[in-house]
Amino acid sequence: MLKTFKLGGVHPPENKLSADKEIQVLPLPKSVFIPVAQHIGAPATPTVKRGDEVKVGQVIAKSSSFVSTNIHSSVSGKVKKVDFSEDSSGYPKQGVFIDVAGDEWIEEIDRSEELAREFDIDGAEIIKKIQEAGIVGLGGATFPTHVKLVPPKGMKAEVLLINGVECEPYLTSDHRLMLEKADEILVGIQLLMKALNVEKAVIGIENNKPDAIQFLSEKTKNYKGILVQPLKVKYPQGGEKQLIKAVTGKEVPSGGLPIAVGAVVSNVGTAFAVYEAVQKNKPLFERVVTITGKGVSQPSNFKVRIGTSTSELVEAAGGLPESTGKVISGGPMMGRAIASLEVPVTKGTSGILIMKEEESKRKDYIACIRCSRCVSVCPMGLEPYLLMTLSQKQIFDRAENDRVMDCIECGSCSYTCPSERPLLDYIRFGKGKVGQIIRSRKK
Amino acid sequence: MSKLLTVSPSPHVHSDDSTQKIMYRVVLAMIPALVWSVFVFGLDALRVTIIAVLACLAFEFLIQKYLIKVKPTITDGSALITGILLAFNVPSNIPWWIIVIGSLAAIGIGKLSFGGLGHNIFNPALVGRVFMLISFPVQMTSWPVNRQSGIDAVTSATPLGIIKEGISNGTPISEISQSLPSTFELFWGGIGGSLGEISAVLLVIGGLYMLYKKVITWHIPVSILATVGVIAGIFWMVNPAIYINPLYHILTGGLMLGAIFMATDMVSSPMNPKGQIIYGVGIGVITISIRLFGAYPEGISFAILIMNAVTPLINYYVKPVRFGGK
Repeated sequence: MLKTFKLGGVHPPENKLSADKEIQVLPLPKSVFIPVAQHIGAPATPTVKRGDEVKVGQVIAKSSSFVSTNIHSSVSGKVKKVDFSEDSSGYPKQGVFIDVAGDEWIEEIDRSEELAREFDIDGAEIIKKIQEAGIVGLGGATFPTHVKLVPPKGMKAEVLLINGVECEPYLTSDHRLMLEKADEILVGIQLLMKALNVEKAVIGIENNKPDAIQFLSEKTKNYKGILVQPLKVKYPQGGEKQLIKAVTGKEVPSGGLPIAVGAVVSNVGTAFAVYEAVQKNKPLFERVVTITGKGVSQPSNFKVRIGTSTSELVEAAGGLPESTGKVISGGPMMGRAIASLEVPVTKGTSGILIMKEEESKRKDYIACIRCSRCVSVCPMGLEPYLLMTLSQKQIFDRAENDRVMDCIECGSCSYTCPSERPLLDYIRFGKGKVGQIIRSRKK
Repeated sequence: MSKLLTVSPSPHVHSDDSTQKIMYRVVLAMIPALVWSVFVFGLDALRVTIIAVLACLAFEFLIQKYLIKVKPTITDGSALITGILLAFNVPSNIPWWIIVIGSLAAIGIGKLSFGGLGHNIFNPALVGRVFMLISFPVQMTSWPVNRQSGIDAVTSATPLGIIKEGISNGTPISEISQSLPSTFELFWGGIGGSLGEISAVLLVIGGLYMLYKKVITWHIPVSILATVGVIAGIFWMVNPAIYINPLYHILTGGLMLGAIFMATDMVSSPMNPKGQIIYGVGIGVITISIRLFGAYPEGISFAILIMNAVTPLINYYVKPVRFGGK
């Protein structure tokens, strides 16, 4: 039986153009820019300076607090400078520029392709290794993984949910990873289960990836406590709260964390990174990125070193089409439009989507006809039309009461609005303001 | 790079639906009933519809362009819907100038005085209809005979009118029923009345189409019809000598038209399923109260307008089901 979440949701056209393209290794870049903040939380502090020689996997920035992670070099060569440059947010961010020379890895990394199934390591050590390897949620939210593995006092994890949903249209990196690295992912899941001290893990996969569902279901027979749960195709099922609801039927309370219902959610890409970190001593310095779009000549999936500029990825996929109007880091529903192809691939880059000129312009919006579609598609049960008006009119107390902070910014409301109203733009503004008010109240 | 990339916030894709498409789906849903009315009342029905549509579009254009000086929005389809609905709510023999005045009331007072599409509290077509009903009661309530009924007369009252008058004269229902069309005729459309209210089945077909296309949800029509049916049923069971059966209530008058096409008007109805059910029940209660105890044989128009006024309150107090409980 296919499960799904109950409230709201939309079904945008999928366009998974690169679904049958095997993961290729992108050639080494000539230079990289590695930002020191590639995660939610405090930026790491650079530990290298201009002129330093670095190897692949070497720490180049140390995490400065608990909610933060180390940053590692993805290449070997010489540090050109430590400076500010634009990342996908469009703002200048501190980072390390490295000129590539050769491909020399630190000795600790096991570079063999052999599957390392066995492990004899306790939970605390696993968490320590994950933290040191700089692992963050690779689904796009980039929350440091080790933080999730240490539940707050008095709370206990009961189940580990693995997000193989990939509900964003166009993206296929998780899909390919599940088909090509299934055993590694499953060992990674076992490691996460041990770290969390849970007996059960469920991999949620949407029904538009029947090959992955079948393949992993077959594989999981050899792994105790791990199940595959096929899910009905519905966006935003990859949202943490929606996935938990779909698989366990439980609702994370407003303002609460998944652990409040005993769940911890991790992406399949993250599980793979955990495997590499613990079993192969390999820090997180590369990831799978989908490069796609209707005008792209070779939509593909690449294994990319962190810090590689987007333009190299675009070249590898056949170059930037003449018709390009917009380039998005991530998927079409939640990704960020980038202003320049010079921004680097970071830990959170799940895909690069190139949109044609005619797809990328917004239409003029017209009056709300109160059709209530935004209300019916909101997966959080909010009233987007109202939150937009309250934000526009700056009535923040009512916006807070109407739970603007619960918005997960999935964009279903803007997607569905027949009058093309920019609902989420205004709701984001309202969220920002209400967030400020809440923080100032706590002081 | 030769040209600048567009940067805008997510989402970067949009469904291919538009307000205009929604409006034209409503128009399409009204076509069967419209065609039937022409078949039944002849070219008079077409005359009334064309005048109403042209008048609504003209007033929308003229008022927007010359009076309030905004960009005219006559192509969005909403004035077209108002025109057709207005025609649906009048007899086919109504003088042309009454329709024009009704259209002015609908577009000018009902819609544009509130700020145009999306801002009107009341359903514009109903504002027009009630305006005409109060101003020109005689012309609004003398219906030409349905050519399908086989009765040899020029005008006749509607079934509900016959019942109302019969009961006030003290005639028992059993006797009144002899001059009434059968339930079967009501269902298929063999009765006298306004253009759009004569065939229940064609209205239901239009409604099912709108349901299928997700223009409307079931909540409003079903709660109205169920409420009217249940309350009428209770009275009928208590005293069938003076109250007609609930099915008759559901199939007569503008109830189907009102429940399917008027009360479901997006702009003036509540924004979530819970609110829509409250709204529908409210309309049902008021409608049946007017029919059973009021001076008018009909009540759906007033009921919808009254509940239109309550809609903002419903939206304020009735919240959708939230994720993660209270």
